[in-house]
Amino acid sequence: MSTKPQALEGVKVVEMLGNYGAIVVHVESHGRPDGFRLEYPPYKDGIAGINRSGCFALFNDSKYGVTVDVKKPEGLELARRLTDWADVVIENMRPGVMARLGLGYDEVSKTNPHLVMLSTCNMGQTGPRAHTPGFGSQLSSLAGFCGAIGEQDGPPMLLYGPYIDFIASVMGCSAVLAALDDSRHTGKGVLIDVSQYECGLHFMAGALLAYHRNGTIAERNGNRDVEAAPHGAYQCRNGSWLALSCWSDAEFTALAEALDCPATAEDPRFAGIEGRRENAQALDDALAEALRDRDAETTAEALQQAGVGAYPVNTIADLFSDLQLAERRSWRRRKHEEIGEQAYLMPGFDLSSTPGDIAHAAPILGGDNDVVFKDFLGLSEAEFDAYAAKEAFN
Amino acid sequence: MLAGYKVLDLSGRLGWLAGRILADLGADVIKIEPPGADLEEAEWRALNVNKRLLRLDPASPAGRQAIERMIARADILIETARPGEPADDWLAPERLSALNRKLIHVSITPFGRDGPRARWRGSDLEIMAAGGAMGLAGDPDGAPLRISVPQACSWAGAHAAAGALVALSHRTAGGDGQHVDVSAQASVVVALAHAPTFFDILGETPSRAGSHITGRSVHGAIYRAFWRCQDGYINFVIYGGPAGRRTNKALVAWMGEKGMDLGPLTDVDWDEFDPKLATQEEVDRIEAPLAAFFESIRKSEFLEGACAREMLGYPVSTVEDIAADPQLEARAFWQDLAVPDGAGERHCGPFFIADKERPAIRNPAADGSGDSAKILKDFGFSNNEIATLLGDPLMDMAMDVA
Repeated sequence: MSTKPQALEGVKVVEMLGNYGAIVVHVESHGRPDGFRLEYPPYKDGIAGINRSGCFALFNDSKYGVTVDVKKPEGLELARRLTDWADVVIENMRPGVMARLGLGYDEVSKTNPHLVMLSTCNMGQTGPRAHTPGFGSQLSSLAGFCGAIGEQDGPPMLLYGPYIDFIASVMGCSAVLAALDDSRHTGKGVLIDVSQYECGLHFMAGALLAYHRNGTIAERNGNRDVEAAPHGAYQCRNGSWLALSCWSDAEFTALAEALDCPATAEDPRFAGIEGRRENAQALDDALAEALRDRDAETTAEALQQAGVGAYPVNTIADLFSDLQLAERRSWRRRKHEEIGEQAYLMPGFDLSSTPGDIAHAAPILGGDNDVVFKDFLGLSEAEFDAYAAKEAFN
Repeated sequence: MLAGYKVLDLSGRLGWLAGRILADLGADVIKIEPPGADLEEAEWRALNVNKRLLRLDPASPAGRQAIERMIARADILIETARPGEPADDWLAPERLSALNRKLIHVSITPFGRDGPRARWRGSDLEIMAAGGAMGLAGDPDGAPLRISVPQACSWAGAHAAAGALVALSHRTAGGDGQHVDVSAQASVVVALAHAPTFFDILGETPSRAGSHITGRSVHGAIYRAFWRCQDGYINFVIYGGPAGRRTNKALVAWMGEKGMDLGPLTDVDWDEFDPKLATQEEVDRIEAPLAAFFESIRKSEFLEGACAREMLGYPVSTVEDIAADPQLEARAFWQDLAVPDGAGERHCGPFFIADKERPAIRNPAADGSGDSAKILKDFGFSNNEIATLLGDPLMDMAMDVA
């Protein structure tokens, strides 16, 4: 892409754009740096520091970092110069904060009518709970995800991290790109309001429609499935786990053959997919026994050869040696000034003729003030120095 | 915003959300399904609403020929063919690009189109396992778990829509179309947040989180995340930091208003309390009266009360709770559509509000008998061709369109 979307705030949306050539500027201030810099480990060598958070870095590769103190008139002026320069502004402050700063869409679109602005927060810009603060990790409970994990008779389970935030950022990215395309054709931008909660509900859309149609309530049910049986994760040798599923009698026969357990194949309780679902616990027990001393990797290969869906349950460490992720180069190492070499993650898609990349490591706080304000926005040395003297870059 | 763009959606479950997102953003998305395919399932309907339906069989020579003619006029094609499946060779990227060099061809597969395991079978379970999500969910002493409502297809679909639009951006700037290769597995990895970075820079391997918060106390104390309440569970954690302190104080005040026994909470100075330094004994002492409070209230009461007090924490909602949430009502999130049998169907509306208005769903995902003919007409098929393709019973319909 040859355009220059950029962000005032936000995490993943803008990063993806940066992976495909957009100039993405992450705006912070020394008084209020991005919370991910100081509140979330892991830190380099386990020691916290403003430029040492691997968590902040992971979500902010391929961006430029600037600092602007919007509490000073000169800082606000710089923010306005950024919004005049940009094609896209992404912000995730509490609703109304941008407008109070004079950076609301109604104001900034007067001088930049083609601007696309994405405002994203927990609940959206309107509604009785618009101003409620919240963490994405807990919002994942409100949107139904945590209640849908766990055993049927056990408690809900946590998702690691703010699961729902990443749904909203990838969907928000699509909204921004569609609006940008429209703006290129019409010259007119748009204000987009994305609620992270609502985006998450699109990942529950089928279950929600089922409830609205006939009152069916989706419940957590371990690894069981309404169709397939067996359908679960089984412990293998050395503490590893193997996920596998059978969707037909033929697959089940192939499974039993590949695992060399004819007794399971011939057990009348497991004849037919309904029988296997009804006797799921007995079937799981039989498979647990058959898999306990096997190697998860080679068993997955054997099952796939036999036409049965199976994959080792990748641990976090395994993700760095997974053959398919390696094939795609999903992880790309870039050198960060303070963190050193770090693996950054590509999106789940890639393009054949204009492939993406991790352009560079995450920015250090205010590290790109020079290049952004002088080279991109065209401030002269004298102008830049004057702003610096007024502490606009603090 | 995408008005005027034509999207052909040949996808199976893995791709449905991609087309739904593009349709919500204004594109004319045409879902192609063979005659006789069951379109009643809630999943299908929820994710194919807002698309127009064309009944054609891609497995038949005539159907395929017609689809190829449509591809020549389409902007985006979404498909989920299995790599290496001979029956799907006609969807090879080189072939499609020869049919239409401006075409954006989005292929969505469990593990990507290339690589040693590209041909592996993967349903939701295997993709969540391969993407690392199961390794992080479930009780540390139990099995790794998936989310019971399948998620892998949604991650793949959401990434596919974004990928299609990045490619569209290149085309609008003067470039050609291209192939967008989406791996569901790689899409799921994004959901793991910063867990991989612990391994990458510190050599630590985060594992199954269970239902408690661990790793926050230097003394190894664990904190509860889920609390039983009158009608289910509430997700609440004793956090530190400004928002945590505000939340803890507000909760104790709320308990006081309700006349609850505060017990040891009376003596806690929340400005001093640091979850990082607490021992398990201290945590247990503090958590006991909280448990009694949560058991006395309902989920909806907590949601309203916590919001009014600007506290962190949310109920663990079921679809029933979500359906009754006033926030969604106020933002007109739900959209009711009429379906042919007369009953209404309540769908999630488009996922965004543009210039203060949520767009309306334009197509009901219904098998309207005239849709197929109208769509073929739009793609330049003659009345005779339409009649031949759709069979005689639809002849009249095709003529009506003319």
